[in-house]
Amino acid sequence: MSRLQGGHIDRNAPLNFSFNGQCYQGYQGDTLASALLANDVQLMGRSFKYHRPRGVFSAGSEEPNAMVELRSGARKEPNTRVTVTELFEGLEAQSQNHIGPLNRDLLAVNDLFAPFFAAGFYYKTFMWPRAFWEKLYEPVIRSAAGLGRLSMEADPDSYDRGFLHCDVLIIGGGAAGLAAALTAARAGAQVLLADEDFQFGGRLSSESHTLDGASASEWVGQTLAELDALPNVKLMTRTTVFGAYDHGVFGAVERVSDHLATPGEGVRQTLWRITAKRTVLAAGATERHIPFANNDRPGIMLAGAMRSYANRWAVSPTRSDADAVAIFANNDDGHLTALDLMAKGVNVLGVIDPREDAPRLGNYDLFAGGVVSGTKGRLGLKSIQITKNGQSQWHDCGALGVSGGWNPNIHLSSHHRGRPVWDESILAFVPGKDGPAGLIPAGAANGQGSTAAALAGGKAAAQEALGDLGLAIRDVVLPEAEDAEIAQAAFWHVPGKGRAWVDFQNDVTVKDIDLAHKENMRPVEHLKRWTTLGMATDQGKTANISALAVMAELTEKSIPETGTTMFRPPYTGVSLGVLGGGDTGSNFRPRRLTPTHHWAAGLGAEFVEVGPWMRAQYFPKDGESHWRETVDREVLAVRSGVGLCDVTTLGKVDVQGADAGEFLNRLYANMIATLPVGKVRYGLMLREDGHAYDDGTCARLAEDHYVVTTTTANAGPVYRNMEFAHQCLWPELDVQMISTTDAWAQVAVAGPNSRALLERIVDDLDLSNEAFPFMGCAELTICGGLRARLFRISFSGELAYELAVPARYGHALMQRLMDLGQDLGVTPYGTETLGVLRIEKGHAAGAELNGQTTPTMLGMDRMVSKKKDSIGAIMSRREGLSENTRRLIGLKPVDPDAPVVAGSHLFAKGAAQDTHSDQGWITSACFSPHLGCHIGLGYLENGDTRLGEIITAANPLEGQEMQLEVVSAHFVDPEGGRLRD
Amino acid sequence: MLIPHPLLGLRDAQEFTYLGDASLMDRPDPTLDNAETAFCDYVFMRDNPAGVHRELWFHEQGDRSWLVVTRNTITHEILGAELAKDLKLNRKDAQ
Repeated sequence: MSRLQGGHIDRNAPLNFSFNGQCYQGYQGDTLASALLANDVQLMGRSFKYHRPRGVFSAGSEEPNAMVELRSGARKEPNTRVTVTELFEGLEAQSQNHIGPLNRDLLAVNDLFAPFFAAGFYYKTFMWPRAFWEKLYEPVIRSAAGLGRLSMEADPDSYDRGFLHCDVLIIGGGAAGLAAALTAARAGAQVLLADEDFQFGGRLSSESHTLDGASASEWVGQTLAELDALPNVKLMTRTTVFGAYDHGVFGAVERVSDHLATPGEGVRQTLWRITAKRTVLAAGATERHIPFANNDRPGIMLAGAMRSYANRWAVSPTRSDADAVAIFANNDDGHLTALDLMAKGVNVLGVIDPREDAPRLGNYDLFAGGVVSGTKGRLGLKSIQITKNGQSQWHDCGALGVSGGWNPNIHLSSHHRGRPVWDESILAFVPGKDGPAGLIPAGAANGQGSTAAALAGGKAAAQEALGDLGLAIRDVVLPEAEDAEIAQAAFWHVPGKGRAWVDFQNDVTVKDIDLAHKENMRPVEHLKRWTTLGMATDQGKTANISALAVMAELTEKSIPETGTTMFRPPYTGVSLGVLGGGDTGSNFRPRRLTPTHHWAAGLGAEFVEVGPWMRAQYFPKDGESHWRETVDREVLAVRSGVGLCDVTTLGKVDVQGADAGEFLNRLYANMIATLPVGKVRYGLMLREDGHAYDDGTCARLAEDHYVVTTTTANAGPVYRNMEFAHQCLWPELDVQMISTTDAWAQVAVAGPNSRALLERIVDDLDLSNEAFPFMGCAELTICGGLRARLFRISFSGELAYELAVPARYGHALMQRLMDLGQDLGVTPYGTETLGVLRIEKGHAAGAELNGQTTPTMLGMDRMVSKKKDSIGAIMSRREGLSENTRRLIGLKPVDPDAPVVAGSHLFAKGAAQDTHSDQGWITSACFSPHLGCHIGLGYLENGDTRLGEIITAANPLEGQEMQLEVVSAHFVDPEGGRLRD
Repeated sequence: MLIPHPLLGLRDAQEFTYLGDASLMDRPDPTLDNAETAFCDYVFMRDNPAGVHRELWFHEQGDRSWLVVTRNTITHEILGAELAKDLKLNRKDAQ
């Protein structure tokens, strides 16, 4: 065990865990990374392309190397960074991307073939022969690609979403974030402080710096206690603000229970949508490294990460206490690692610093003007080669900390095309001024690297936000803190022969960038795609700037001239499960139930989704073994007795006003204004481009009062278009409308006995054919005073009515009609029967009005009135539409036992079957109990003149080909006597 | 996004349904000689500016107002929102 003294771990709370089946122990407060290092495990995974042995490189969310498959079974999560995985009792992890044991990976052979896997390898290699792609290359690449493996099981966890609003959102709870929070909170602003870590403090937890002469954790503790006690502050740990969106909206993921073995009854993660008036970006900085030959061995990590492991987790980076640690840094900050390690009793070999005038900050060996030029140790660092003044020497070394300076975490500031600005004084990009409106960068994220500068920067940012919000500022006294200047050299990589890794996750080396440069892939966007640099789970957080610097050197340009790195959300990976926010399975969208749903369920109905609605599909009776048996019975019952069907889901729009008739005239292709009061008329709506859009009925209840219906699917869009037509086209018309779909339960009462049944419930309306003829409508009362509306309309072709009552009476009405209609053969029917009845009658529905059909095709071109203007009228007469020769027809199989399959395409008998000879298609089909055979509706070229012709219907998907006779679409009662008598 | 509704104040864009270019309010006169050409332009031709764009949004999950929102399509900055009905009436009055 290489545990040191101190640290923010709870030594009274040991935790057992396993890695690759081996059991270990860590403590509460550990990450998987710190616990593995404490157990002397340096080798944690294999690299993506060359399968090089890799260990942990960082101590945060930027980790490119050490990723594992966490947990097992359905909860297995691949590519999990050990650096952000909190240790919990019983944690299981497996290394990934290797065949055979981790220390003897068979795919390591790829490393020997490295010269063949250079930049652009995929583009160059798998181009020919063409036939090899599908059979050979793709399967091989697919099996080798990726890192961890998915469980292939459904995610057992639940997720949630929430909305938060605040005056000031502070992203990051380090020195700058805490100072900003304190400043904003004391001024009374609504403050939300979020940090991706499981404890606040940021780098303060990782450094040995003091605040006001005491340990930084004291100030952090006091500050958090004050913030926690304030009602206007919300503190959120384990919360990554991953994206800046428009108008002060931010996306964040809170990992509610990822630190537990299972979420238990709770959710795993919550997606937060945060709306903030002002935002302080205090996301800190990420250390960069210095590429040199074989710089990717386990044991080599960022110097700042090494400090984190020592100070926060009390862990030495070496496998053995005897091993020495070396530091390779081009800046003063890197030297602090040597001091902190020495203070913890770690054996320090020395600090190698390419600066000739590098300072010696303590009692360690300094190799000023030196570089690390090579390393040895296949599965873990054993020695390093230090080159100075042209002389090279090997030194035993168990771990190496590397620091090439720090990059401000500017990511969110560039989410809105904000261009980062190069700051030569700190050799890094800082946030530009053109980022998301209201976002104020502060602290290390703004290039304010020292603790004092970060504290002051956080305070100033909060004061700026308070000023913008018009809140009075109360002074906050900041603690005294170190204020070292950033001193570093522009030293970006160690030139040499060996491979020097720039991007560890994608195995991109300095040589690859050199090759990309030679192949003229010089703009950073090309460089990225040619070499895959900066891709995958870490998005190049530790690589991008180094790569840019190498390319700048090759092109002999400055870094800002070479390019900038731009970022898009998410800052770190976000699981798809949490983006769904729990809206999976039956929660995917709301389900709407009809007023008679429970009545239908009580009768054992099967239900079907129709748009957002659940509708009764059919009502099976005892002894019926197949849905067709049920539907055939229901159809015949309607045609011989009386049937009941809930048609509430059809859209209903109540239109009132002196100009209601004129308004509807402009919406419907046919005349509506001339409709007498007490009458109903079929209405056809077109889109402005001239295609058929929707149909329904228009009932005129009074001079200035219509009720129109829409199809179920278009209830929302048609209402929206009606409002558009009124508000945006003809606001001068005196008309008002409201959707009443949910207000009225509507029941179709269809069949020859429908009048007899209705006569038993209407209070005093004469239903005789003379008094209330076909297409009549009336407001009335039923059942002794219940307000109702009655429409004599028919979708089935039978004598039929639709009766509407206030929605809450729908269930009772259905029950009353069932009770009173027993002797009339009353039968409930569902959407299947509804469909069969309308196909038998030749009524168009959704399949015929599919958005590509015209009034001419529907045989309704004469319905488009020329006496008035209406939406779509002009365009429906344009050449391409009016000359379309396809017509709606009926189809009957020559062999009465043969099926008719909707979707089949129609061809002249014996004709070749291709797109040129295609003459139309079958839109709807069903078995007709009335005719005793299958029937269909379809569009056929010149179909209206081809009645009696035998044509071919082809369904090549299922190898079907049928001979069909072209017939009238009106299979039942073509004269329409039944519905009129 | 947040849309400054002229009657209701700042509302979340999720409450709205987007339609598109506000030129859809300028439906051609169907009695013109070249009505078909004018309608073709009206239905199919749209400017697609990178920059300031006037567009129609419907407050479907709200008060059912159609709004003309002026939005910069590059920055998503919203420069204003007006009731389409008022705009159209004012324009008709002016004619």
